[in-house]
Amino acid sequence: MSVAAEKPAKKTGLHEGEVWDDYLGAPHTYASVGDKISNVVLTTKVPKLWPVMIAVGLLGTMSLMYAVSVLLAKGVGVWGNNVPVGWAFDIINFVWWIGIGHAGTLISAVLLLVKQQWRTSINRFAEAMTLFAVACAGMYPALHVGRPWLAYWLLPYPNTMGLWPQWRSPLMWDVFAVSTYATVSLLFWYVGLIPDLATLRDKAINKPARFIYGFLSLGWRGSTVHWSRYTVAYLLLAGLSTPLVVSVHTIVSFDFSVGITPGWHATIFPPYFVAGAVFAGFAMVLTLGIPLRHVYGLKDLITGRHLDVMAKVMLTTGLVVGYGYLTEIFLAWYSGDHFEWYMMKNRFFGPYAFVFWLLMLCNIAAIQPLWFKPVRQNIIALFVISMFVNFGMWFERFMIIVMSLHRDFLPSSWGMYTPTHVDIAMFAGTIGFFLLLFFLFVRALPMISIMEMREYVSIKRGDKAASADWKPYKPAVDGEPQPVVVPGGAIAGQHREPGVPQ
Amino acid sequence: MSHSAKASALFGVMGEYSCEHDVVHAAKKMYELGYRKMDGYTPFPVHGLDTAIGRGRTKLPMLVLAGGIAGACGGLGMMLFSSTIHYPINVAGRPYFSWPMFVPIMFECTILLASLTAVFGMLGLNNLPEPYHPTFNVPAFLRASSNTFFLCVESTDANFDVEKLKADFAATHAEGVYEVPT
Repeated sequence: MSVAAEKPAKKTGLHEGEVWDDYLGAPHTYASVGDKISNVVLTTKVPKLWPVMIAVGLLGTMSLMYAVSVLLAKGVGVWGNNVPVGWAFDIINFVWWIGIGHAGTLISAVLLLVKQQWRTSINRFAEAMTLFAVACAGMYPALHVGRPWLAYWLLPYPNTMGLWPQWRSPLMWDVFAVSTYATVSLLFWYVGLIPDLATLRDKAINKPARFIYGFLSLGWRGSTVHWSRYTVAYLLLAGLSTPLVVSVHTIVSFDFSVGITPGWHATIFPPYFVAGAVFAGFAMVLTLGIPLRHVYGLKDLITGRHLDVMAKVMLTTGLVVGYGYLTEIFLAWYSGDHFEWYMMKNRFFGPYAFVFWLLMLCNIAAIQPLWFKPVRQNIIALFVISMFVNFGMWFERFMIIVMSLHRDFLPSSWGMYTPTHVDIAMFAGTIGFFLLLFFLFVRALPMISIMEMREYVSIKRGDKAASADWKPYKPAVDGEPQPVVVPGGAIAGQHREPGVPQ
Repeated sequence: MSHSAKASALFGVMGEYSCEHDVVHAAKKMYELGYRKMDGYTPFPVHGLDTAIGRGRTKLPMLVLAGGIAGACGGLGMMLFSSTIHYPINVAGRPYFSWPMFVPIMFECTILLASLTAVFGMLGLNNLPEPYHPTFNVPAFLRASSNTFFLCVESTDANFDVEKLKADFAATHAEGVYEVPT
């Protein structure tokens, strides 16, 4: 199925005020984008996929609850990690989920700063994805401390023992980085939502919905004075999130690179981890975005052009990650370090070699078709490739963590790691929990930023208005207002009833 | 009802436009006519409307800078205090105040405080949450969050005169002019 077939070739017959370009699959006005996006939420009809995904999500959440209950009842011994592999599924999944979250922030913050307007169609659900991914990620280290009800000991609070956390520990840095990241992502997402919540408040027909959206929109009325502070605040948040997102995965990589374990002690880790995070995150945005646009009929807002651009970002970051693998191999050889080079050979041919080769298949070989435009325009191919990347990035973390730990300096301390059923139930559980949160979000909140789509239409209209002979307002005749031709082809002042939103 | 009594019962007079360019031009014209206490209501930020109604720049960036500096100093101060004064531990003879190791946490504290200031500063300066506002009394105002642009001259303006305002709004080709009750 190709996205090229989704759009008629000629963009003719546009009314005044309608905008249609590569990033809009159909002619759109301010009202039409708002209606299109808010109708997904305000309708009583849901596509068939929705209850299915909620059911899958609930099933997964139950699996998560089972795994956590067993863990709390019996202790971390129910997990497969033990000496020598002291870190396994918990940290693999933590790093994987955090990485997935990063594309959301990247799309919303970095692309905003560099004025990439195409982000407007995908930033909202990507930010939601970030939040839910961080929620899943945060569970793992909290549960891995063994007594999660004492996890607050990690925070600097005035305790009766007069103790302070160890500031020099990268794991402590993790606590600050991830909790700051979760907080800032939530704020960024909510601030972006406020004007859209006001739109939903004004469009909602039933009273409870109007009350809830009204409550959440904080009385937003689109005042110009408010907007001028709002845009400054949003831009500043984007500016703050950009170094934050880089710092978070850099700090996650420090968890490993400050250790002397072969395969961990590498200066390439921070950029390599950040690129891997963006790679995994864009794969997840595509994985979620492709079915969403199809099921909710949003192909004219999340267009083939968007998928094309995201595929290019995925290819680029994938190549950076590939460069990271090469650097690791080269430095293991070039360092002349016996243990480093053994670790590398163990990756290629050791007992977990299948993970390494699967990783090469998923992260390097599978993305190469993205060089070609027909592949980037083929939805099924894109979806399959993004699934490969999702798996591949998980294998990468498995490789880094388990394969380095299971054979280190002393052969007498070598060992193998196999996940237990609790490990697997918990991993599957977080995936289910993520899907549950995500599909609840899709039902309750606009998954595309209405306000920013309108701004996009306005910018594109402005370009047109500047080129055409645009008259802002006609001079008054006899003090009587004259009808003004307004966008949409209608004459203003007609077809209007006060109090009825258009 | 006398004129002054009517004026005091009003929040302002509001004009309606269907295009962002119209509302900017209307705002400029109203400003030329001497009106100062006015505000636009638009479904998305309209470029140039804030300067057209005579609003200066916001002090929010300065607040955020202050928040960031407070975060950096607070974070570093916390670690300095705890590792050199309150609970110094000698680990392998390393310095108590090994500041390079404190950079990541200091950085995160900076971002956290600056972001919190940006969000709560914006809400605070905007006086949000605000459950009641007179503009919502105009039925047509429901469209302000959709595709319609409003300009409201408030009754606190020195030149506020309902009838004159209505005429002035009509001259800017407002598609609807409304009195906004308080």
